[in-house]
Amino acid sequence: MARFAADVPTRGGFSFDLCQRNEMLLKKGNQLPTFRKTGTTIVGLVFEDGVILGADTRATEGPIVADKNCEKIHYMAPNIYCCGAGTAADTEAVTDMVSSQLQLHRYATGRESRVITALTLLKSHLFSYQGHVSAALVLGGVDITGPHLHTVYPHGSTDTLPFATMGSGSLAAMAIFESKFREGLTRDEGIKLVSEAICSGIFNDLGSGSNVDVCVITRGQTEYLRNHQLPNPRTYVSSRGYNFLKGHTEVLSTKITPLKSSKVEAAAEVDEMEE
Amino acid sequence: MSIFEYNGSAVVAMVGKNCFAIASDRRLGVNLQTIATDFQRIFKIHDKLYIGLSGLATDVQTLYQRLVFRHKLYQLREERDMKPQTFASLVSAVLYEKRFGPYFCMPVIAGLGEDDVPFICTMDCIGAKELAKDFVVSGTASESLYGACESMYKPNMEPEELFETISQALLSSVDRDCLSGWGGHVLLVTPTEVQERTLKSRMD
Repeated sequence: MARFAADVPTRGGFSFDLCQRNEMLLKKGNQLPTFRKTGTTIVGLVFEDGVILGADTRATEGPIVADKNCEKIHYMAPNIYCCGAGTAADTEAVTDMVSSQLQLHRYATGRESRVITALTLLKSHLFSYQGHVSAALVLGGVDITGPHLHTVYPHGSTDTLPFATMGSGSLAAMAIFESKFREGLTRDEGIKLVSEAICSGIFNDLGSGSNVDVCVITRGQTEYLRNHQLPNPRTYVSSRGYNFLKGHTEVLSTKITPLKSSKVEAAAEVDEMEE
Repeated sequence: MSIFEYNGSAVVAMVGKNCFAIASDRRLGVNLQTIATDFQRIFKIHDKLYIGLSGLATDVQTLYQRLVFRHKLYQLREERDMKPQTFASLVSAVLYEKRFGPYFCMPVIAGLGEDDVPFICTMDCIGAKELAKDFVVSGTASESLYGACESMYKPNMEPEELFETISQALLSSVDRDCLSGWGGHVLLVTPTEVQERTLKSRMD
């Protein structure tokens, strides 16, 4: 009976019940599947009015591109955004979780969230899982104390920097930053530099590709420029395309089920509830 | 040999004009031996929401039962069906819960959302969602399916053309994969009806 109770939605956190079975499968010679990673180039820099974050948009599964236009800049708070590299499920889950915790904290304190709050929540979660939650993050935002930019590593260590890059394309992007960054960049100069750094990752790193996403955070305003640059348009489109005529495919059996119109039923339900 | 290649599978979903299609192969194997040619991989959650599960067959069935259970609880509490986006978040959470001992399943979710706008998404085995606007693929034949769908897909296809396209993409891809095939099963859902068809294919 205790096992049956475990099927009811749990209170949260990880569940390890399949680990024993998976270990047994591994010993029998079956390899674990590869998880979707975000190969990635993610960058951030501090400019005169705030913080600019940038990311590419390719998600890989081994050598195959699983998603050509994924979103790697995650929302944490209205004034804080976080770019994620590493295992895609981990970056999404950890940023979603900390975003919810920040919202609850905002309700409790009645104040705007601070970047170091998000930083502490992220690093303590990642450290407690000793690096097994594989999320490498660039966290940036502007709060009452000013603009902040931090990097968080999977094991839980953090750095506070004026410009940062993470992911497989970090070296390509850092090369651009190291040669062209200076303090007090204007908004347009900052966006241009971030785009250049991401493009450098896109074109030189195989794990990064597709488009450039940029997020500009300043005091009181955040602009998420999704697909700010599209340097890789599809060039092999056939104008004719494939035309499969009806009846082309051999079908063994067909079953057609009409669906009830849902709008009529909804009207009937409203009447009942009014009683 | 990866655990994913133990049973073999191929699932694909495509978006058309106010409709979607989800298709899968029908083989169930144990390594290189085929033991069934009528294995169901696409399951109905409610009239306008379907989930296709590829990967280890036992996990496919267990995960389907868990998800139907959660959806029925939701229906009892909310007195309505789940929206596809909500269901995708639910599946992602159920899979991520098992992050360090995962289900060996890669789901493909396809449904008609509010105002009958088609929604498709896929995930890896620990719940990393990929929302696509055109097509999603999963299974041992996924690499061939990516190629076939990339070239055959056109946006805003009518239901008849969508059916032909997804069938041809599936059949040509599984022909290049030893572990999947042995028949095809296609479901085409429009706001007014559901068309379920089995395809004739090579049985090798």
